[in-house]
Amino acid sequence: MSTQYDVEKGDSVHSGKPVTVDRYTAGARVNHWITAVSLVLLALSGLALFHPDLFFLTGLFGGGPLTRIIHPWIGVVLFFSFFGLFLRFWRANLWKREDGTWLARIRDVLTAHEDRLPEVGKYNAGQKFVFWSMSLLIIVLITTGIIIWDQYFFDLTTIEQKRWAVLIHSMAAIVAISVWIIHVYAAIWVRGTIRAMTRGSVTGGWAWRHHRKWLRELVAKSPKDKSGSTPAE
Amino acid sequence: MFPPVPNPTTRPEPARFGEQDLIRRSASNVTPPAQRQTEVAKLIDVSKCIGCKACQSACIEWNDTHPPVGENVGVYDNPHDLTPDMFTLMRFTEWENPETNNLEWLIRKDGCMHCEDPGCLKACPAPGAIVQYSNGIVDFIHENCIGCGYCVKGCPFNIPRISPVTHVAYKCTLCSDRVAVGQGPACAKACPTQAIVFGTKEEMKQHAEGRITDLKSRGFDNAGLYDPQGVGGTHVMYVLHHADKPEIYAGLPNNPRISPLVDAWKGVTRYAGFAVMGVAAIAGLMHYLVSGPNRVSNDDEEQAEKLVGEERPR
Repeated sequence: MSTQYDVEKGDSVHSGKPVTVDRYTAGARVNHWITAVSLVLLALSGLALFHPDLFFLTGLFGGGPLTRIIHPWIGVVLFFSFFGLFLRFWRANLWKREDGTWLARIRDVLTAHEDRLPEVGKYNAGQKFVFWSMSLLIIVLITTGIIIWDQYFFDLTTIEQKRWAVLIHSMAAIVAISVWIIHVYAAIWVRGTIRAMTRGSVTGGWAWRHHRKWLRELVAKSPKDKSGSTPAE
Repeated sequence: MFPPVPNPTTRPEPARFGEQDLIRRSASNVTPPAQRQTEVAKLIDVSKCIGCKACQSACIEWNDTHPPVGENVGVYDNPHDLTPDMFTLMRFTEWENPETNNLEWLIRKDGCMHCEDPGCLKACPAPGAIVQYSNGIVDFIHENCIGCGYCVKGCPFNIPRISPVTHVAYKCTLCSDRVAVGQGPACAKACPTQAIVFGTKEEMKQHAEGRITDLKSRGFDNAGLYDPQGVGGTHVMYVLHHADKPEIYAGLPNNPRISPLVDAWKGVTRYAGFAVMGVAAIAGLMHYLVSGPNRVSNDDEEQAEKLVGEERPR
């Protein structure tokens, strides 16, 4: 019998042609898009202050001083918004045995040989990598960010500590942007994914192809607590 | 004695240097002028300073800053640190010379050193907020400053201060506005003992030489010039009676240089960073071109329908 570690609140299957599977609640989607917008704005404003060739991006925020003022506040929004996502998703992102196998067959992942991959739950190892690396990076970014938020926290640290912080902040941001690129690319490459975060549901075929274990759990679970549908037996 | 800079004429004069003389401009590329102006320098002879703070007063007066009235905590330093309104500060140190058992009262006028290789300028992300003229003066152009405080992290001498009022950075300008019309800095003008003198860098080195010879003849064997090469030399130099240990002068750094952390942040991190992000983006694009989208097949949908149908008969 499958353990239901993966099924999250709001996940459910609706029969039909095609089958649709609810993957993200409205709350999760709003939470995700607040995080997404914050992250993009942070990347743009951060890059503007990172490289002179990108300083023109400060124009998007109303000039250099406003960029300097706004960037950390967006960071605070992102931190709390991502924290919401973390609370929602962390359990389904715990590492499972099949994730190792999945990762070992990364070649089959990239060549879209789903048939050679183990059945995975709500998230595969790649998604879990994105989740945990973003979690870690955002902790690093908010910590170092506060250390260099001179307007309010200048007196808390020494200048040498701020030098470390600004260096680590920029490196962590680069990694975060790279992880973000992977995240966005994967969503585009794997067709049928983006609607999970827009309309909240995916097709049964998508779930069967990419997250079969999750689908099986959902199907096994649904007769019992699906109030709208006819009770089984 | 080094002859003081003569009083200026009363006729209006064109500025002797300006935009066309920039050799560095923060976050920008400039073509340095074909001919570099004679490098200027301020020489501060610590051994001649009497701690009168006339330089501080002159600095406040000329720059029209308004430092608040401070409070006495039992030391002569006033204010207690450089501030956005106090570009120069006499730092007093009571030092017991272990060789002579004498108490020596070391008074160092702190302020921007006008490094030949300025860490503030290197760290600055705002185009044109920090400039370096070919005569060696490093100046903050406040209208371009965004108040991020990166200059504070870049400076090896802990000089720039961000105003909590205007949110821009301030420091000694070496009186660039006075020098531009042939005058010396206000502090040098006000100094009653000529502990502060101003001229070309070569003249200042020569003058320092004489002072050092004099100090050595008085028993200060380690007297010397502070013109640290780690930052390419400075356009504010000190004559120190104990040049072998500058740190006794209220923490004057021995062999200062731009922090390797700042170098890494402004150097390798940039190149490596754009390389990493670029590789991620290009790898995605290449993968897409080679393998195309990963589509859900009809078979997948049928399998899902079968699974749902089996488990949940209608």
